[in-house]
Amino acid sequence: MTSQTTLLADDASCPASRSLWQLGWQRLRRDRIGLTALWVVLAFVLLALAGWLGLAGSHWRDEVAKPNMPPALFKDYGPATVELTAADIDAAQQHNTSIADASAATGMSAEDDPLAADMAAAQTQAANAAPLAVTPANDSLLVLGSDSRGRDVLQKVIQGTATSLLVGLSGALLAILIGTLLGALSGYFGRRTDDLLMWFYSVFTSVPDMLLLLAFSAVMSRGIDTVIMVMALTSWTGTYRLMRAEFMKHKGREYVQAADAIGASHRSRMFRHILPNVTHLLLVQFSLLTVALIKYEAILSFLGFGVGISQTSWGAMLAEAPAELLQGYWWQMAAVTLFMSLLVTAFSMLTDSLRDALDPKVK
Amino acid sequence: MLAYILRRLWQMVPTLFGVMLLLFILFNWVGGDPSYILAGKSFSAETLANIRHQLGLDKSLPEQFLIFVQQVLTLDFGTSWSTQQPVADILGSRIGPSLTLALPMLLVSLLLSVIIAAIVAYVRGSLTDRLVTLICTLAMSVSALVYIIAGQYWLAHKLGWFPILGWSDSLATNLWLYVPLPLLLGLVVSLAPDIRFYRSCFVEEMNHDYVRTARAKGLSEQVIMLKHVMRNALIPVVTSLMMSLPYLFLGALLLERFFGIPGMGNEVLNAVDRSDFPVIKAITIYVALATMLFNLLADIVYKLIDPRVQLK
Repeated sequence: MTSQTTLLADDASCPASRSLWQLGWQRLRRDRIGLTALWVVLAFVLLALAGWLGLAGSHWRDEVAKPNMPPALFKDYGPATVELTAADIDAAQQHNTSIADASAATGMSAEDDPLAADMAAAQTQAANAAPLAVTPANDSLLVLGSDSRGRDVLQKVIQGTATSLLVGLSGALLAILIGTLLGALSGYFGRRTDDLLMWFYSVFTSVPDMLLLLAFSAVMSRGIDTVIMVMALTSWTGTYRLMRAEFMKHKGREYVQAADAIGASHRSRMFRHILPNVTHLLLVQFSLLTVALIKYEAILSFLGFGVGISQTSWGAMLAEAPAELLQGYWWQMAAVTLFMSLLVTAFSMLTDSLRDALDPKVK
Repeated sequence: MLAYILRRLWQMVPTLFGVMLLLFILFNWVGGDPSYILAGKSFSAETLANIRHQLGLDKSLPEQFLIFVQQVLTLDFGTSWSTQQPVADILGSRIGPSLTLALPMLLVSLLLSVIIAAIVAYVRGSLTDRLVTLICTLAMSVSALVYIIAGQYWLAHKLGWFPILGWSDSLATNLWLYVPLPLLLGLVVSLAPDIRFYRSCFVEEMNHDYVRTARAKGLSEQVIMLKHVMRNALIPVVTSLMMSLPYLFLGALLLERFFGIPGMGNEVLNAVDRSDFPVIKAITIYVALATMLFNLLADIVYKLIDPRVQLK
């Protein structure tokens, strides 16, 4: 009697068979490091979303404070700056106007000077514009300080996060799409298709990534969409290799033969039957690529071949760092380094955890 | 063996053709008409036509491609658009500085990372191991740019231990004076990923049964590590080393830029900056050739150090 009830209870508690994704999620939830990394990455994605939607960091171009103001916490650690009083500025302006008197400078009378009328017009225009150009001196402290033009480093770094993540995520996504499509065709059909695509692959791998990136950016216009495209075109090769091997392995398996027997088309066998069985590899590949592309983007933007000047990114901010460091303004570089290492560390740890969690051999 | 090498060399022909096609599409088709760049500010229809004729742009695309193929086969890429120097001369003068920095860097980095990785793998699971792995992970998360900017500022500018940048004509001066700082910073960037990768190679080998057998028959730990494990673990190390050799020709791009070293990497960046297509094309072809040859060499070395490998 009792044995039967326990048997029944066992039956009821016996869980339904779970998919790899459910198992993976369960394993990831038990992995404290992996879970923390996941939350950090999600927080960055949210921050980047806010940046794209203009909710945060959209005022990064505004000159809101004095140039080169140190961060609030370290306000005594910045280099000493000479405060200009209003009297100094007035004196400098007086000096300027006396020199700017064009006729006097050229030693010609106003009638002889062909540019006199233009100069006068320009001077009145400048006088009109001058009151607008003066920004109210803002003494309020900024959390991360300000850059050489008085822009808020916090706003800039948020906008930079948005740009860098956009480039990293969409570049990796595109690269995965190209790699998976070509890899699937190559591994599934084999023969001529495989030969052709392998040739294509060998062409792209025989030139180092960085050189290929530079060659592409030499002929294309600068801008964020170019950077994404260039990165996708140069980094699909790893995914291709992986997917080609997987599709070769899977196409002979029984479940694919069964799909063939019930009349599934090639496309359906490739993308409805095989693809879901290899997606977990793609997820790991995707996060690996994202990290790599974020690093590449920083270097490209630093060298001036990345995002345009109307946008900012971590690389573009780092490009300002050498000149600032020389004057002792270290906080812009520190802010970028902090944000970037946090994201990259979290992403790398998440990748490791994902790889373990989604490994079908582990129970 | 000879038949294998010849077959592999033959297989490089279509790949090289593909690289040429890719470059041609990029620079002659996507890149658009360069004659406007070359003509500068004061161009007339006549000068434009003249430039187009000189570059062969007035010919049809297939004919232009043939010209490019001819250039690659004779390894004569004409003259640079920005300096009018022959491209071969430019590259000839750039390869020396690149190798002066990259070769010592490769050797020191390889030696250090293999030794550290072997030690860390030997004490795997210990506090030292976990600490080194953690430091490597953290070090890898910081952009190479930050190391170089901060290193150049602190070690050269603030502390004055090294010159900030520069290069001379004498090899000895370069090695003593100008190479150490870029080399050190290059090491900082490359050590962390290398140690992690090599450590995993060692750890994987140490879990094999033959290690237990060697231990069971009473061999000393030193012999096991140096004679048994090392030989097997070095196979992936050698492969990755051979794969990184083509980068010697490309030079350390960022380091050369920061420290004013007139090497290949700096030349590539300048060429991209000035839209100097012949130089970019030439460097890409050379690096692609080097990559293919070193891939072949890697497979041959692979065979030499691991007799189980069959070359097909």
